[in-house]
Amino acid sequence: MSAHISASNPPRATHARVSAPVYVYHLPVRIWHWVTVFSIATLSVTGFLIADPPWPVLLGQPSNLFLMGDIRVTHFIAGDVLAVALLVRMYWAVVGSRYEREIFMPAVWRGSWWRGLFRTIRWYFFLERETAREIGHNPLEQIAMFAMFTLGVLFEIVTGFALYGQGTGYGTWAYQLFTSWVVPLFGNGQILHTWHHLGMWYLIVFSMVHVYMTIREDIMARYSVMSTMVSGWRFFKDDRDDEEEGV
Amino acid sequence: MPAETHTFYEVMRAQGTSRRSFLKFCSLTAAALGLEPFYAARIAEAMETKPRIPVLWMHGLECTCCSESFIRSGHPLAKDVILKMISLDYDDTLMASAGYQAEAILDEIPKKYPGQYILAVEGNPPLNEDGMFCIVGGRPFVNKLKEVASNAMAVIAWGACASWGCVQSARPNPTAATPIDKVITDKPIIKVPGCPPIAEVMTGVITYVVTFGRLPELDARGRPLMFYGQRIHDKCYRRPHFDAGQFVEAWDDQGAREGYCLYKMGCRGPTTYNACSTTRWNGGVSFPIQAGHGCIGCSEEYFWDNGPFYQRLSPIAAGFGVEATADEVGGAVAAVAGAGVVAHAAGSIVKHVYGKKRSGTNARSGPDEGDRP
Ligand code: HEM
Ligand code: SF4
Repeated sequence: MSAHISASNPPRATHARVSAPVYVYHLPVRIWHWVTVFSIATLSVTGFLIADPPWPVLLGQPSNLFLMGDIRVTHFIAGDVLAVALLVRMYWAVVGSRYEREIFMPAVWRGSWWRGLFRTIRWYFFLERETAREIGHNPLEQIAMFAMFTLGVLFEIVTGFALYGQGTGYGTWAYQLFTSWVVPLFGNGQILHTWHHLGMWYLIVFSMVHVYMTIREDIMARYSVMSTMVSGWRFFKDDRDDEEEGV
Repeated sequence: MPAETHTFYEVMRAQGTSRRSFLKFCSLTAAALGLEPFYAARIAEAMETKPRIPVLWMHGLECTCCSESFIRSGHPLAKDVILKMISLDYDDTLMASAGYQAEAILDEIPKKYPGQYILAVEGNPPLNEDGMFCIVGGRPFVNKLKEVASNAMAVIAWGACASWGCVQSARPNPTAATPIDKVITDKPIIKVPGCPPIAEVMTGVITYVVTFGRLPELDARGRPLMFYGQRIHDKCYRRPHFDAGQFVEAWDDQGAREGYCLYKMGCRGPTTYNACSTTRWNGGVSFPIQAGHGCIGCSEEYFWDNGPFYQRLSPIAAGFGVEATADEVGGAVAAVAGAGVVAHAAGSIVKHVYGKKRSGTNARSGPDEGDRP
């Protein structure tokens, strides 16, 4: 997306001139981001422990121990936090700015979006000298956010609550809302476990690339990235407009 | 032989059951179904007034383990069910008659009692090659099944075969063995899965149907809630060890001797709906977990494709004939992604440093520097 903050094309800049920063991420979005980071990290660690408890044989009376129980309840609480935070975030996608909507619906119906996408792909293949001026995410990030993050997290939440409903039992809300249709969809609970587990790896791969890209763009793109998710402000390193070169 | 219209009570008295034993039987049945004591009288009344329900028990692709289980029922005794409660008019493994005489019953009962008999199916029909993989009495089983089902009051799908397909439908399912509810779609179907189902669950379901004249409450997948409403794991006596995190690690370790949880040995209790951990088997003597072996999930759909049973994580067909667990697949993908990140980072550093050198200041600061690194 060739995002312009000014309607007119500003003149070529000297190094000293930078465009004014833009306030892109409101406080709820930033809080949501870090809450989600924390809960996904917790869910992944506890998820690994649940899937394959690594500790050596514990001897002694079970009445004195509740290790697996504690790990599971931590997983469930983090899962609830993740889900509630996502609901808040979805609400914010409706009332927030267009940049806060991108991870739910990239503007694939716009020609400029596709041009931006190819430009970004060239940039990542080292074929483009510089990034476009992005206020929100670049089109490739939008697609990755949507397909890997949003869908991935939704998948984990739906499968997670379906597994949870197996434990809370027939007639409980988790069972009625999720287990009743998700388990038949996957065949049985064991297969559902496997998919829930694979979903974790999907999010891990996303997180790896996400963190790398964030650091890289912070250094190499024409705008701030990491500090933006803390302060909410997008800073620019110049005030030039996009040039459609190398097309 | 076709059912005559006698009530249950008449039949029982004719066979020498005293009124006292009859009432005892009714209370026991009420207890077995988990009903209030008040229901014993209701059951007695029903049995005194209602005619015995004709049952036709057909066998498709199966191993007869359901029948083997059924005849071992202790509460109520299978003989009481067969001789007193229902009128088992056709069951090719149990009946005395054979050949044309036997097969004729399958035509006769639906005509004589339309909409009043129960069809119990053990096994399932293979659909490939027009059903030629399962021939009973000279005709494809699937055709006979559809005919007999067309007039039935309800259909009972015995076992994992009739409910889900079971081992004969394991990937790639060459005969297209198909569960009953995919073949018969216009009748109420009650699924009693398990390989085999617990005897008392089978007789319990029959008792319920004959007593109340309707199917018990079913879950969304057609299983009676009173027996399949909870997982093995929910009522397992080893559950405290699970919550504690005490697991058997090898079949002969200290944990195994202490009776620890079998989760890490592949127990499927956490995902299996069945009554084994409460009802147990052989009159309540034991059940697999009590014998030290994990649950294999035999009452769940696709359990046959989720092996090996002694492994916590089921493998997935990863492609190219490779089977791997979620961790192996995920780990491999993450490693590739990690290598990609490292390679890309190296390229980026080169570009960044090279760009800096070229412009003398910063790769992205000047508009008129060299075009590409
Ligand atoms: C980023 C999100 C999540 C990740 C990475 C994650 C990861 C995992 C993993 C790896 C497992 C073990 C699966 C296996 O058996 O192989 C698991 C189990 C489970 N998860 Fe999650 N999970 C996530 C979200 C959720 C959510 C939102 C819930 C809902 C409360 C949830 C509920 C469960 C339950 C109930 C189990 C089964 C626990 C048991 O069987 O004892 N998960 N999770
Ligand atoms: S033995 Fe199986 S069913 Fe019992 S607590 Fe352990 S995992 Fe659950």
